[in-house]
Formats: sequence, structure tokens, C-alpha cells
Amino acid sequence: MQKLGDFKLPHFFNYPPYFTLQPVRDTREKQVQLWKDLILDYCRTQKIFVIGLEEDFALFSNPVIERSLSHEAREAFLSALVSEGRAEWLDKGHRKCLILWHRVQDWADIIFRFVKDNGLEDSVMTVEEIRSGIESRGTELHVIDRTILMRALRVLEQKGKLAIFKGTSADDEGVKFSM
Amino acid sequence: MATNSLPKADLTSSGRPVFLQNEIECSILSSVDLECDDIPNFPLLKSGLLVLTTHRLLWLPDNSSSSSSSSAAAVALPLSFLTHIFSTKKSVKTLFHSPRVRFQASLDSSKSVVMTVVMRGKGDTDAFLAKFWENWRARAWENDVQTQTQAGVGSSSVSGSGPGSGSGGFYTREGAVRMVGVSGILRKEQEMWESTDKSLQEAFQDLNALMSKAKEMVILAEKMRQKLLSGSNSKSSATNDDEVGSKEEMQDWLLSVGIVSPVTKESAGALYHQQLSRQLADYVRIPLERAGGMINLIDVYCLFNRARGTELISPDDLLRACSLWEKFDVPVMLRKFDSGVMVIQNKSHSDEEVFARIKALVTNPDTLRTGISASDAAMTLGIAPGMAKEHLLTAESKGLLCRDISPDGFRFYINLFPEINTDDVYLVKDYGIYNTWVRVASASRLE
Repeated sequence: MQKLGDFKLPHFFNYPPYFTLQPVRDTREKQVQLWKDLILDYCRTQKIFVIGLEEDFALFSNPVIERSLSHEAREAFLSALVSEGRAEWLDKGHRKCLILWHRVQDWADIIFRFVKDNGLEDSVMTVEEIRSGIESRGTELHVIDRTILMRALRVLEQKGKLAIFKGTSADDEGVKFSM
Repeated sequence: MATNSLPKADLTSSGRPVFLQNEIECSILSSVDLECDDIPNFPLLKSGLLVLTTHRLLWLPDNSSSSSSSSAAAVALPLSFLTHIFSTKKSVKTLFHSPRVRFQASLDSSKSVVMTVVMRGKGDTDAFLAKFWENWRARAWENDVQTQTQAGVGSSSVSGSGPGSGSGGFYTREGAVRMVGVSGILRKEQEMWESTDKSLQEAFQDLNALMSKAKEMVILAEKMRQKLLSGSNSKSSATNDDEVGSKEEMQDWLLSVGIVSPVTKESAGALYHQQLSRQLADYVRIPLERAGGMINLIDVYCLFNRARGTELISPDDLLRACSLWEKFDVPVMLRKFDSGVMVIQNKSHSDEEVFARIKALVTNPDTLRTGISASDAAMTLGIAPGMAKEHLLTAESKGLLCRDISPDGFRFYINLFPEINTDDVYLVKDYGIYNTWVRVASASRLE
């Protein structure tokens, strides 16, 4: 079976029509479903948070069969993810797409568990520390996209689980947990 | 029995009269009654279609009306039976009832009867009467007999379907070859003659000269055909393939020219499209068979006009003739594809059959891996590429195929999407087309 790095590709990745946007409704629905699943799976295993439509993205072309997705097809598949809440356009021109292989709510739950597991219920951390500190190493929070992290923290803030405050240095914010 | 009724007229499957050899339709009137008081039990021939040809006067039941089941059978009166046409007296009385034409005919040697044609429709009665006279006087049927005896080359096959037998109608091979465009030329000549009556005498001579030339041409064409026939039969083994091919082509060509009596606006008048529609339905049967049950409208337009010779029809006329098929009981139909391409197909033609062939085509080990293009399909199915593409697109819309557009072109693959399990994208069942495809595809990559 073909692989992309350590990612195992399904057989149909070598099926040329998989790379052409199908016009017939039933066929297209199935095709879109398969692409959505594959994109989420791949991004989760490879820790990819943002897909740029105009940049090379390994999944969007298959050199073995010499096929690649058209811009229209890329946008169609990502839009399908956006409409399900599994992705968000980062700009109006739909050039960059944020992939949410965990929904924001799920990310909030992960942070909650991370804080509990590490006994950080009442401590203070910087946002940067959550992303790249020793505690988060080996967890899904490691090198998490900053935009997603902030969104998840705001969800928790609204529930009164923590407070976000401006840090001493302008480029980083602090988080005071109170769980 | 013969004295009691008129001879029956044969009709084609779409309700057009079957013409005799060299017989040309001249005028059609609708809502016509044919009456005869001299014959006891004369059938009730009410509001039918009256067709005047160079050889006969035909009365057809009007089957486009709803009460077709009760209508009488079509009858034909050979003009050679006619002994007299009564001139219509203009009187006050004639102003108030439907125009009628009376004539005398002898159905057998002993007895002659008077018949009346009552025209309840709107047709041009005077023009009809003039044509009626003209055709009766022209005695076209006598020329046929002469041509037959002069030609003499056709031996058994030709004389077997001489005038009167009427089998095959305007598909008679002899007829088709003989009349070719000459009938059209003749009629054009005739038209001119009518419009410019100042040089009537002169034109008459022209016409006669043309007639005799026409006879020669017909004899020549017949000779050629006979030669081709006998040549390919007797020594086909001796001659090389090339020669046989060109002979067949030549014969094909000779046969594809010539509808003996094309329906024209002039002869059919208001009934033009209706009659054209019927004639077209009869005509397309053979090309349709050859094309495998479906043929492009444009191709039909070319073939039909070529067969008509000089009496060309417009694309609009063709379209109208085709759309009239819905109203008649004919075995063919017009079909419009989603792409807008229009074709003529047999009513019995089934898409399922075509789909089955396409499916077989895309599931062999090679095409499973590479897909097929429209031209691949055209070659295998033996149809035009444009037609093949329509079939492929229809099969795609039914979910049988899916497309692949790449720099290599536009190709179609068997649709594997329904076979893929969304819960486990890596799962491939031990059987089925997806399994076959996976094996074929991975085998090709190992090579």
C-alpha cells in the first residue's frame, strides 16, 4: 500500500476519478465524504492545522498516477469541511483554511484534561508555555495552532475555568487556571 | 368481387401509401369522401385522404383522427381504369355544397361506373382537377411498360416486381435506382412549363426530349447495377478485395440515392409536414438499422436530403416532421439528450442494452486501469464519437461511470465510489469490482 511519509494511503488514492470533481450528485457526495475523511485523518496524524490552497499540499496530488486536484476541487472539499464545522476559512479569498480535526469544544476539553492531569488547577501559564512547554510534550496540545488554542481558551474562560490576561511582554498572554 | 370494390392499396407501417415503380405523388387533399352509387355495397369511404399520383387515385382512411378503428381500408383506383372525367358545371348550386369531381371508370371490361369525389376540406379543388386531368392524359403507366420491355436486362428479378405488384414501395431497389433525381428534374421541368405557358409548345418538346433521355439514363443505371451484381456474385473469389469493396460501395451509393416520390409542399400542401413525417419514418428504418438503433439528426438530414435528390427540405421541416411522430403510430422516435444533441432512435431501443455493453467495455483489466475515451467507445460500439459521448454521459448520470479529466484528456472509468466503505477506507472486500480494480492497479505498478 502506498504511503505519504508515515501516513498510509487508501487504495482509491490511485483511482484517477478521485482527483476529478464528479458532476453527478450521488457520486459527488461519496467523493466529497471520502476527501473530507482523508483530509482530517491526514492532518491529525501529521499535525497540520492550516492548508494553503495555493501552496503544495501532499495530499492534493498523486505523482504515481500523475493527477492532482484542481483549485475548484480543493475549494469544494475544504468548503464541505467548513460547512460541517470541521474547518474555517482564514481569509475572505478562501486561500487559507484552518482545519479543526478536533472541534474547538473538543480542544477545550483536551486542555481541561491536560490541566487536571498535570495538577495545574490553580497555576498560571503563558499561552506559549501550553503550546511548547515540558508539560504538553507528547500530548496533542504540543505545537497546537495558536489561533485554535486561543479559541479553546476563550471557551473555557466563558465557563469561568480560567482567566486570560495580558502578560508583561506584549507578544504573549498569560492564563490563570481556576478549575 | 372485383366488380364490387376497388383494389386495395398497400400502406407502409407509418401509413404512407406504397408506391409503384416510377409512381409520383402529385396532390393530396384531406377530408375527402369517395362515393359510388353504381356499385352495390360500395364501402363507406368518408373523410379520408385523397392522394393523386401519376398512376393512381388513392383514398386512405385518415388515421390521425380519433375514430380510426372504424374507418375503411385504403383503396386505389389505377388511372388507367378511367374512361371519362366530367367537367364541373358552375352553377348557383355548386356554390353551396362541397366541391365535387365526378368521373367514369371501368372496373372490369363489361361494366363502367360513375364515382364522385366530394371535397369537404379546404384544398384547392381547381388545382386538383387540373392535375387529375393532366395525369390521366399523361398515361405514365404506359411508359413504364415500354421501359420494362426496352430495358430487358433485369430478367427475372426486375419483372418480378413490375408495376402492379407494388411490393416494397419506394424501397424497391429497382425503383430507387431508376428514378434517382430524374423524377425531381422532371417535376421541376413541369413546374416551369406550367408557369410560363407562353412557350408551351416548345417546352413540350423539351419535356419529351428529357423523357427519352431519362429513359436512357434509367436503362444505363439498371445495366450498371446488374453488372455490379453479377460481377460480385460470380467471380468475387477471383477479384481482389479492393475491387469488391469499391463495387459494394458503388452499389451502396446507387441504392442510397432516390426516394421515388418525395413529399413536397406543392403536392401535399397543408398536409406537408404530416406526410413528410410519415415518409421520413419509413425512410429512416434502414439507416437506423445500420447505425445500431440510434442515429444523429444531422446525419439523417444529410441522408434524407440526398435520397430526395432535388426536393431538399430545410432543417426546420425535418425537426417538425420528427416532432409529429408523437402523434402517429410509427416505430421511431425523436430523442433529445441533456446536452441538446438530438437523435432518432427505434422505440424498441433500450439504454440498458447500451449500458450493458459500456459496462463490459470498462471492466476488462486494461480499461479498468486506464479508463476509456469517447473515441474508444465509438470504435468498440461501432457508432459515431459524438453519439458515444452521449451514451457515456448518460451512463455517468446513471452512476455507472465517473469521469477523469487530466492533461491526457477526458476519460471515463467504472464508478468505484459506491464500493468504497466510508467507515473503513482501507477495507477492500475479497470480491467485487473494487477488489478487481485494486489487484489490477497494484499489479500494473509493480511492472
